[in-house]
Amino acid sequence: MADLIVLVLLGAVSVASALGLLLSRNAIYAALFLVLNFGVGAVIYLLLNAPFLAVVQVSVYAGAIMVLFLFVIMLLGAERLSPAEDPPGASFQRPLAIGLGAALLGLAAYVLFIRQPAAIAPATPIDSSPTAVGLALFGDYLFPFEVISVLLLVAMIGAVILTRDR
Amino acid sequence: MDTTAFVALLSSVLFTIGVLGVLLRRSALLIFMSVELMLNAANLAFVSFAHRWNQLDGQVIVFFVMAVAAAEVAVGLALIVTIFRTKRSTNVDELSALRG
Repeated sequence: MADLIVLVLLGAVSVASALGLLLSRNAIYAALFLVLNFGVGAVIYLLLNAPFLAVVQVSVYAGAIMVLFLFVIMLLGAERLSPAEDPPGASFQRPLAIGLGAALLGLAAYVLFIRQPAAIAPATPIDSSPTAVGLALFGDYLFPFEVISVLLLVAMIGAVILTRDR
Repeated sequence: MDTTAFVALLSSVLFTIGVLGVLLRRSALLIFMSVELMLNAANLAFVSFAHRWNQLDGQVIVFFVMAVAAAEVAVGLALIVTIFRTKRSTNVDELSALRG
């Protein structure tokens, strides 16, 4: 029960920061809202018995990825979004997008809540320490792990070639 | 409402906000951040169901999603920087030509 109360508070902060990202007029503020959202996500991971993912979330998502975002925003000087945000002739897009979003949310809620789970989970909590996650990564998931390393190398080479001065 | 149901609901709400961000915003950077929000919402659902069913596999999948997201951000931001050099803008409405 205490878990649920903490989760509701965290969820409120998470949804508020996501809405801040959606409505912000300044790209820097939007990026900082997203950092807050990722931080809250890390705390939720801790509550859900995933300490390894919580640390990876903070260091990779809130750290590396968002620093890259902020770096690019400041490099381009593209933080002001207001003048070009509302082009004429696109007034039908906003209500259409909101309607489609509501439909998506309704569908997701239907799939998640109307259909009951088929069986009850085993009651014994598993070991989800970084050691256990590492054993799974280098055991059952060794091949995807190696593929991911190649993917990261290709992405790095691609980014360098794309932004090279010709 | 138990923990899993609440996190699943939170995940679907965050995913919807991400979709709305992609549909409503005009800046390529903001669209990209909304995609990250959607990935994060999916990760939340994975971790929540891994917790519910006492399986480690959901957490491993989230680790892979994070690695793919990092690769995607590196390439995507490089593309945005390259487009900005020629177009002087990150507004997706102005990107209507296939040639640079």
